[in-house]
Formats: sequence, structure tokens, C-alpha cells
Amino acid sequence: MRDVAVIGIGMNKWGEVWEKSISDLIAESALLALDDAGLDKVDAMYIGCMSSGLFTDQEHLGSIGPDYAGICPTPGTRVESACASGGAAIRSGFLHVASGASDIVMVVGVEKMTDVDGAKATFALATAADQEYEVFHGVTFPGLYAMMANHHMNKYCTTRDQLAQVAVKNHKNGKLNPLAQFQMDVTLDQVKNAVMVSDPLTILDCSPITDGAAAVILCPADKAKSISKKRVVKVKGSGHASDTIQLAQRKDLSYLKSTEIAAKKALEMAGRKIGDINFAEVHDCFTIAEIMVVEALGAVEVGKGGPATMDGVTAVDGKFPVNASGGLKSKGHPVGATGVAQIVELVKQIRGTAEKGRQVKNANIGLAQNMGGSGASSVVHILEGE
Amino acid sequence: MSSPRNWRGMPQRYRLEAAKCKKCGKVLFPPRLVCPECHGREFEPTHIGNTGKVETFTVIRVAPSGFTDQAPYAVAIVNVGDGVRILCQVADVEPEELAIGMPVKLEFRKVQSDGESGVISYGYKAVPVF
Repeated sequence: MRDVAVIGIGMNKWGEVWEKSISDLIAESALLALDDAGLDKVDAMYIGCMSSGLFTDQEHLGSIGPDYAGICPTPGTRVESACASGGAAIRSGFLHVASGASDIVMVVGVEKMTDVDGAKATFALATAADQEYEVFHGVTFPGLYAMMANHHMNKYCTTRDQLAQVAVKNHKNGKLNPLAQFQMDVTLDQVKNAVMVSDPLTILDCSPITDGAAAVILCPADKAKSISKKRVVKVKGSGHASDTIQLAQRKDLSYLKSTEIAAKKALEMAGRKIGDINFAEVHDCFTIAEIMVVEALGAVEVGKGGPATMDGVTAVDGKFPVNASGGLKSKGHPVGATGVAQIVELVKQIRGTAEKGRQVKNANIGLAQNMGGSGASSVVHILEGE
Repeated sequence: MSSPRNWRGMPQRYRLEAAKCKKCGKVLFPPRLVCPECHGREFEPTHIGNTGKVETFTVIRVAPSGFTDQAPYAVAIVNVGDGVRILCQVADVEPEELAIGMPVKLEFRKVQSDGESGVISYGYKAVPVF
């Protein structure tokens, strides 16, 4: 396998973008990435998207992507793994370049979620769970994570304040990110007293419904310098794992085994330990998710994710900075775009071009963790500056 | 909920039919073609128990399409023994009465009203045992 580098990144402003179609979102981020790399074409394209069919009645993104990016007849492939679609698309692009099959590969992640109302969006998202044994009974994603939260709180004495602190921290970071959907602070009281979605999670424990896209361009590491003058950022590790689709069938209801395994694989490939990681972007689709992820990554002891968040371990200036971008909570969560946007953020941080106040000091080795469903699939990547 | 899907799920939703792996004894609900523990492919029919304990729960207040008329409603993961956990609604309970460890029994109830397909879906719901 060849070493792979990221030579272009692009991301548009996320939010309720009613004036733009899914094709516009893909094209906009793709063009930003091409401009960043100084290229006007690529050899292949991957498009991570969870459910363009249910959200926009549009499938066949393998054509939409290259077509609206203006690069036909470049081949396009859509990759789907629920909310981990973006991360899985990154891995597909990475393996494509690493294998030597193509040199320049673009990976776009996209989701256009606000063309449908809230109940339909909730239904579309719920298709990432088991239709027959979870969705059938009326459970939602906030519902599944709420059950994980109650389990975690009961088992480890994790508190309501500790959950809320994840939102407070991530909004503080996202306030400084001009591309974030919700550039605003929230307080512990606001999070706890917001409208209840699924007990104990309020609407401010949940990531929002978002329209958005993000794109990266990958190439063989030894060709990166001849294409771009920017700092070379290598994809050093890639790990991917699955778990049972049904939360009820996991051995531990509040432990993300797929994240643990994906992270171990990525770290092993990169020749690194979790202690070597300078910062991380993780899948905080709900506040409890970030707590469980930092535990599964091994960044904190299992059961200590809540206190660690409260103590500032995961703050921008903490020992293990998490979600300096604002995370899914503040930046938004256009599900298929999230995994790609995490890579965009790692590259920004490693290049040292993140906004003041949310730039992590000495950000040279970053980890991105993206997961689908209630943790039924996880993808982890490790990027390192040269 | 389409008619074929509704029909296909009846053995489990109506009768709690499960499969027991002949090799390692693991009980699978719903039945599968291969045992995820030992990769055995031979099973004998069995049933899951109709009593259990709540391992975790929530109250759904923002419901998906098809359930908006029912909200708020309680959902739990129930351990029914033999190493089997199931997810289902908890009926006849006030949200504040729910607790981890609460004993429940499974009853046959209407789960989904007829939506676009016109199918009314029935199945199991947990109810508290006091």
C-alpha cells in the first residue's frame, strides 16, 4: 500500500440551506476542495451520503457528484453506512489511492435534510436502526442514545450536568467556527431545561438537522508536494468495524465496541498509541455519545468520560482536545457529510489554519471517529502532518 | 409498514418464536441463519420468556412519522432471560414510575395504527408487574 496524503479540503457554510439543492451542496464543496488543491479534475470520486432518497427523493449520487462538479466522465461511487457514510467514503477513497488504482481521488460527503419536515427526518434517520425490532416499536435515535445515557448514568453515576457540559464545550468551540450551523454559546441550565426530546436528552443534547457538504482530495503522499505548496498531511491510519445493528443485542448497552476496534486498527496502522494523539474530532451526535466515544478510544477510563469532560480534559486547551470544530452539536450534522468534515477539520488544524481561539496548540497528529446508528458501525482515521 | 413485512414478523411479534443453537445453546431472537457466537447453523425452535426486567428505558416525546399520535410513550430494553434482550414499548405506566430493574411482563398489544399502507401492526409491549 502507498502512503496517502490530503491535498485539498472544502466545506460550505452549514445550516438550513433552503436555496441550495443536494447537487449544489456537492458541487460547492467539491469546487472548494479542487481550488484548495489547485486542480480542476480528479481520477475518481466517492460520495458519502446516508439517505438522499428519503430526504430528497434523489438517488444515483454516483452520477450527480461528478456531473455537478463538472468532471464527467470521472467515475463516481456512493458509499452508505448511515451516519458513518462520510467516514466510510474517506476509507474507500484512501484504499483506492493506497492500492495504486488511481492517483487523485475526491471524497465528498453530503446530506440535504431540510427538504422534509421533522417527523419525516426523524423517520429517515431511524432507518439506521433495525426496522423490524427497533423502529417497529417507535424508537428514535434520540431514544436509543437516551437509553444508552440512562444505562451509563446508572452504571457509572454519570450526571445530567456532565452530559450538558459536552454541549456547552462544543458550542463554545463552534461559536468560533464560521462554517458552523449554530455559532452560539449555550449554558448548562439552557441545555438541561430545554425541550425534552427523549428522557434524559433535551433538544440541546441532540445534534441538529442540517444541510451541508464537505470534500477532500487525496493523492499518493510522494506526489503531494508537486501538486500543492501547503503542508503535507498524511492519512496514517484507517480502521473500520461493525457491531450488532440492535442496541439490545450488545454485551454492554453503553460501550461502543465498534469504536474501540476501529480505533485500535487505525492506531496500529499508524504505529501510534492513543497517548500520541494531539486532538480528535468525534461523533457527538448526542452529548452522551462523545462521553462514550472518548471512553472507547481509550483516551479516558471507561465510566470516567463524564468527569473528564467536566474537568476540561476534552477542552481545546485540555489534555485531549475533542471537537474543536464545534462537533456535530454546534457545527451541525448533515449525516453523510459529517465524516468528511471531520477530515477537513483535522487538516485545517494540522495546517494551523483553524480560527483563533479554537486552534489546538501543537496539532500535528489528529484522530477522527465517525459512527453509524447507535454505534453499529465505526470508522476511525489518523492524520499526521509531515 | 407494508403487508409482506407485517406478515413476515408475525411468528416473533405474535408468538415470541425464537431459535436455540444446537451447538452452543444460545437463544436467538429473532431466529437467524447462523449463530453469531459459534457459527452453528442448526437450531431448534423455542420461545423467549414473557417476563423480564427493564435494563434501560426512555420516554419518546418527539416521535417519528407513524407514531406522532402516541407520543409521549415509554420504550425500554428488557432482559427476558436466556441471554436475550428485546426492545419494546412499555404500556400502562407513567414516565416517573419507570426504573432500571423494574419487573415487566410482555402483553399482546396494538403497536402501530394503520398508516399509508392501511396495515394495523400488533405485537408485544411490556407492562409493569406490581
